[in-house]
Amino acid sequence: MSEAPLPPYAEALGIVADRDDDGDPVLWVDFSGRIQGRPGYLHGGALSGLMEMAAIAALRAELGRRGEAMKLKPVNIQVEFMRGGRHQRTFAKGEVTRAGRRVALINASAWQDDRAKPIALAQMKVLLSPEE
Amino acid sequence: MADPASEPRSLDDLPPGQGFEPAGAIKIMARHGHGGWLGIDYAANGADWVELALPWREDLAGVAESGVLASGPIISLMDMATSMSVWTRLGRFVAHATLDLRVDYMRAAVPGRTVIGRGECYKLTRTIAFIRGIAHDGDPDDPVAHVTGTFMATHGPYK
Repeated sequence: MSEAPLPPYAEALGIVADRDDDGDPVLWVDFSGRIQGRPGYLHGGALSGLMEMAAIAALRAELGRRGEAMKLKPVNIQVEFMRGGRHQRTFAKGEVTRAGRRVALINASAWQDDRAKPIALAQMKVLLSPEE
Repeated sequence: MADPASEPRSLDDLPPGQGFEPAGAIKIMARHGHGGWLGIDYAANGADWVELALPWREDLAGVAESGVLASGPIISLMDMATSMSVWTRLGRFVAHATLDLRVDYMRAAVPGRTVIGRGECYKLTRTIAFIRGIAHDGDPDDPVAHVTGTFMATHGPYK
């Protein structure tokens, strides 16, 4: 399956599109000054952007499995910040909760050392329309 | 230019209790870190709101072909504008962290246009700041996004 290229914004931040042991898309980014917020911590906006792209990657993978070519339009995102992100690699993965014909709901989480201890959660809604 | 070593590296370096002034604070924040890389600048402020500007740049695009701004930079812009609106309302800097942020996307920002993020702190309790805001690319009546969220004071109460 071909990977959709990451957007220029993701490339500029050093975000990498990877796969986990199950073959599901996982994004990660190493810490750099470009994504630092208050000193010592990851910026919440950069973290949100990472989770948003992980959510989209999960949705594209799901639609790809079904062989559906859809245009995606983000409706909204809700982000919960649970722990400050430190100076280390941050991972994010999306999980499609529901992808119908018109709308998709995706949960995403971000973690550093321990996947069971996410630093942030996000829920994203995306409008789907058939590719022209 | 002043000796960089003597300049405050972050808002945490400012003396406690010093009056908060968003136009000056953004100059400190924008020198480094994510806000600096994004090129976020001060635009305007009132008693409980702050407007910051995010100039369009090719490498902030979410889709290379169209040049439409990614949503990540807009979330960052709104996180910073709403965060600063809390300190502006208080009149001083208080260490806090974003608890949650919801962003509703009205439409894509027009490529090439600077996006203005207006953040407002509409309620402040001892520990929680309630914020809302809009992002627009020229016309505040035709926003790109609406946001709402909360911050929590992390090292002592807001008031």
